[in-house]
Amino acid sequence: MFIVKYIKDILGAVKSLAIGMKRTLYYFTHHKEIITQQYPDNKDTLVLPERFKGEVVMPHNEVNEHRCTGCTACELACPNGTIKVVTKFDITPDGKKKKAIDKLVYHLELCTMCNLCIEACPSDAIKMAQTFEHSVYDRSQLTKILNNPGSKIMEGVE
Amino acid sequence: MYRQTDIISDAQVSPQEGDLVINVGPQHPATHGVLHLVITLNGETIKKVEPHLGYIHRSIEKMCESLTYRQFIYVTSRMDYLSAHINNHACALCVEKGLQVEIPARAQVIRVLMDELTRIASHELWWGAMAMDLGAFTPFFHAFRERETINDIMEETCGARLTMNYMVPGGVMQDVHPNFQRRVKEFIQLYKRKIHEYDELVTGNIIFQNRMKGVGYLSPEDAVAYGCSGPVTRGSGVSSDIRKIYPYEIYDKLNFDEVLESGGDSFARYMIRIREMHESIKIIEQLIDNIPEGDFQAKTKAVLKLPKGEFYTRVETARGELGVYIVSEGGTTPYRIKFRSPGFSNLSVLDHIARGSKIGDLVAMMGTLDLVIPDIDR
Amino acid sequence: MWSFSHIADFIHEWLSSTFNPTWTLIIEMVIAGVCVIGLFAALGLVLVIMERKVSAWIQIRLGPNRVGPKGMLQSLADTLKLLVKEGMTPSGADKFLFNLAPFIAMIVAMLLFAPIAFAKDFQLWDLNIGVLYVSAVSSIMVISILMAGWSSNNKYSLMGAMRSGAQIVSYELSAGLSILAVVVLTGSLSISDIVMSQADGWWIFKGHIPVIIAFIIFLIAVTAETNRAPFDLAEAESELTAGFHTEYSGMKFALFFLAEYMNVFIVCAIGATLFLGGWMPFHIGNWEGFNHVMDWIPSSVWFFGKTFFLIFVIMWFRWTFPRLRIDQLLNLEWKYLLPISMFNILLATLMAIMGWHF
Repeated sequence: MFIVKYIKDILGAVKSLAIGMKRTLYYFTHHKEIITQQYPDNKDTLVLPERFKGEVVMPHNEVNEHRCTGCTACELACPNGTIKVVTKFDITPDGKKKKAIDKLVYHLELCTMCNLCIEACPSDAIKMAQTFEHSVYDRSQLTKILNNPGSKIMEGVE
Repeated sequence: MYRQTDIISDAQVSPQEGDLVINVGPQHPATHGVLHLVITLNGETIKKVEPHLGYIHRSIEKMCESLTYRQFIYVTSRMDYLSAHINNHACALCVEKGLQVEIPARAQVIRVLMDELTRIASHELWWGAMAMDLGAFTPFFHAFRERETINDIMEETCGARLTMNYMVPGGVMQDVHPNFQRRVKEFIQLYKRKIHEYDELVTGNIIFQNRMKGVGYLSPEDAVAYGCSGPVTRGSGVSSDIRKIYPYEIYDKLNFDEVLESGGDSFARYMIRIREMHESIKIIEQLIDNIPEGDFQAKTKAVLKLPKGEFYTRVETARGELGVYIVSEGGTTPYRIKFRSPGFSNLSVLDHIARGSKIGDLVAMMGTLDLVIPDIDR
Repeated sequence: MWSFSHIADFIHEWLSSTFNPTWTLIIEMVIAGVCVIGLFAALGLVLVIMERKVSAWIQIRLGPNRVGPKGMLQSLADTLKLLVKEGMTPSGADKFLFNLAPFIAMIVAMLLFAPIAFAKDFQLWDLNIGVLYVSAVSSIMVISILMAGWSSNNKYSLMGAMRSGAQIVSYELSAGLSILAVVVLTGSLSISDIVMSQADGWWIFKGHIPVIIAFIIFLIAVTAETNRAPFDLAEAESELTAGFHTEYSGMKFALFFLAEYMNVFIVCAIGATLFLGGWMPFHIGNWEGFNHVMDWIPSSVWFFGKTFFLIFVIMWFRWTFPRLRIDQLLNLEWKYLLPISMFNILLATLMAIMGWHF
């Protein structure tokens, strides 16, 4: 019957629309479902997972020592030339020459946070930091030197 | 109701007086990227769609030739960024095939789990974006609620939310996070609690059904002839799930169904993806409590060298079949790499299915083809 | 008791005693004009923030919450931004029509304020064909949209304008017919008469099924007439970028934006007047105490309350449904709404003749 089908169509359509409207009304009235994080306000409580890949850093201990031997494994592992290791030769107390890093230059603007350098490092000298606010006013500020000035290699790291 | 009755033949397409040629894109809200479509219109009716590509071509394949086998995997995250894990997985599989290394069971399970989570995340985003194309904004935010949960899980285990670079030749980069199992189970709970809202908001809606049903018809023959893959072919009833046909990792031991719909229209392709999410949940439920103990990475040499030869692997991404073809000369870098991306061949069918339909339908069809532009251009 | 009509009467008496009748009229017109413009600006700001909050809560977001208390001054900040933005005219555009179109949209919206009864005995112009005036003037809106689309020299704009033309012309029919259902029952086109006829109960309660059907059709039709989702084909963001106002920027865009919200307000005010009793308080039969309490609520609160409820319903539509396709849109009108409303008006007429309503 044409009329019956016509009316049934209309009722079915209205019902399907009403179901959707009921759902949106639910969210309109239930504000506890809101999932927005108010980012700059929650900075103090914001905790990033410990594996989050933000930027490459080189940890130093209290007496300004790091674990980097200058082996350039990270430089070789990096797919886009983010890391540049500049080496020098230290004179050890017993008069021998020893290879050490002068500077470990890290270009944050090139880094894709792929974690390959961290994996490649044999002495765990570098790690990923959980920072993410990298914006600066000048690009040159993104080129970082990871080892602190005057830092030395830790005892026992080969 | 209106049906797309006849496909306008090429003879009718020749430029006539009164034809309206419109550039949709490269900057357009519905193309979700820098796709450029030149559409010829007769009033509201589409006579021809010409996709113009290359706006986001980064020559990833050429770049990969100068990167070592460990390094090139990260670049592929930037192809189909919504299923970055699965892209990385395909590359890792291809390198492993060349190296002939055995992957530890734990790594295989982790890989499959990550793949399926990525697939759900990708389909969630697709669902929201497609509803937005059709003019409903609310589903987009609701889809993101679930997707963010997956992204948080990824962030905890892989350290990144979108371009994880978690798969390495021989396994995965790190073991899963101690919280991983608990959070995945929480996600499954959330998913099961919320998934019926998707049907309430969009699937059952009469306006949506009328927009989707009977438009963008793709016959099984055409789906095969155009080289489509993934949900697009399965929507036409052609079995094409690589996970079933050429099982990789542990997919042959898992209990899941290949989702098939016979409609061939936009609605069938829509339903495929919705049902695929359920299947992925099924796979995750099977595996999440049964992650075997053991290594997460096989022992490989520091410098990988593939033997001279050609290697090809294929995986099922969220969009379809991704093939990775490596030609090796025996060195540390590939001699030639080619990716067979699902988006490119799925896009090629757009002109065929869009002819004779309305502009609004074109947007809906692009939605159901689930185009990711960096995947098309690479 | 304090009311708008007392203030108006007081001002009128004071002016008449101070000036001669001509000046009184001129000054009263100026006051009315300033009031309308003020109401315009205030309503625009309120409606924009309301839309943003409604959409945010439906979409499990917080919405604007930075400018002012709870973000309530956000739309003021946006208006300031739009005011200082450059209003560009694209090359190849018909400059005169391009610049005229937003003003026509605005003027139409302003004209529609004339016959609306905001409170008891408070109306700018109680003309005897009020309802007819509203439906006639609101049709001019389509001219501004066509003008904007045509003069922009942009294919998206043109398509949006053409869609909008087809849409508004069709949906005016069923909007008009559903208004007629109430007119038939009341026997008058004057807005004040229609409101007075609902003193013993609103038409939505008195009028049985025909008025309820007319109300639903009216809601759908005015949603389409004001180009709101799910009928926002003239803008259709994902298809036509922004439809007829693609090329507009700065204050000219803001005028279109404001005109859209004003139109929403006006159609909801008309809907509230016709079906929900305008400023009439809610009364239940013989409950004297209850009715007395209801009378204590000022009539303007009743009017704005009902209007904002209808506006919320229209916003609720917008944030729930996907958009229709152009052919489905016309199908809905010509195959469903128009036949139903024609049948409905027959029923309403029958009811009015037989006196079946309360």
